[in-house]
Amino acid sequence: MNIIIMGCGRVGAQLANLLEEEGHKITVMDINDNSFRRLSSTFSGNALVGDGTDEESLKKAGIDKADAFVAVTEGDNRNVMAAQIAKHIFNVPKVVCRIYDPLRKDIYETVGLEAISPTTVFAQLLKEKILEK
Amino acid sequence: MYIVIIGGGSVGYHLCKALLKEGHEVLVLDKDQSKCERFEDELGSVCIRGDGCEVATQSDAGVARADVLIATTNEDEDNLVACQVAKSKFDVPRTIAKVNNPKNEGIFRKLGIDCTIGVTNLILKHIEEEIPTHPLIHLLIMGEEGTEVIEVKISENSRAVGKTVKELNLPVDSRLTLLLRNGEKPQVPTSNTLLKADDRLIALTSIDSEETLRKELIG
Repeated sequence: MNIIIMGCGRVGAQLANLLEEEGHKITVMDINDNSFRRLSSTFSGNALVGDGTDEESLKKAGIDKADAFVAVTEGDNRNVMAAQIAKHIFNVPKVVCRIYDPLRKDIYETVGLEAISPTTVFAQLLKEKILEK
Repeated sequence: MYIVIIGGGSVGYHLCKALLKEGHEVLVLDKDQSKCERFEDELGSVCIRGDGCEVATQSDAGVARADVLIATTNEDEDNLVACQVAKSKFDVPRTIAKVNNPKNEGIFRKLGIDCTIGVTNLILKHIEEEIPTHPLIHLLIMGEEGTEVIEVKISENSRAVGKTVKELNLPVDSRLTLLLRNGEKPQVPTSNTLLKADDRLIALTSIDSEETLRKELIG
């Protein structure tokens, strides 16, 4: 699959490495080229400096041919906006975004975005860890 | 009307002041404590500190009974989300977003924002009008379709002088809709219309083709 990852933080970079190991073609976008240091030294995909909420940058990243788009920058609103552009304007088949705020995540799920809230997931994991026997 | 404003910057502040004067009930949401204090000092209890993109903050602000929500921050993505939250969670009848990057205007409308105000384009338009020699003026942008109406002034040095319309290599999605010429009635240019210096053309074009059209007419 052609996969675009917006945001090359710890999660974005690790996801890029994992997906590439499985043989997918990865393009990573970040507004700061310094973030690309997090990619593994064997990473052979595209690393592109650009804003994922900007149509031109997305076209440069090859969004027209992308099978999946993932928005994992630090900003909830940035992720939400980029994900909606990918889904509703470029019709990318699979779009997933990170939304820290659980309430905002619920809203965007009702309007058709696939979102993951690390806050909820992590709190749940912690709870299970604490209560496990 | 009950109007909620997201963002207490200069647009939010003066908007709030004007709306209060007209007798509306207004509430401003801003993350910044010092901005809230300025509202408190100058306009009374009209500002709550908080992130206007959060459901909880909007709930506290009574957005559910708001008639209008206006997002005026300097971050387009924040304005988009504030409006979408108000619309989908609280059924606010009308949401208005300030759009800082002109490219986002069309995107916002496609994503369901009722009204967008492209501040950068507005300022640009006014500046163009004030510069008399500016050869291209944006008259109207139809955001959703990505189409605009522009006025082009032909001067002696323009590429189109002495050519007929059919001799020009105009983009397929551009149309010359009106020709304004001194001393003559406005006319619709045909393919045989000969263009002269000092002609003013009103054209309909896709935003993407504006540059090609400009080059073909002015050079």
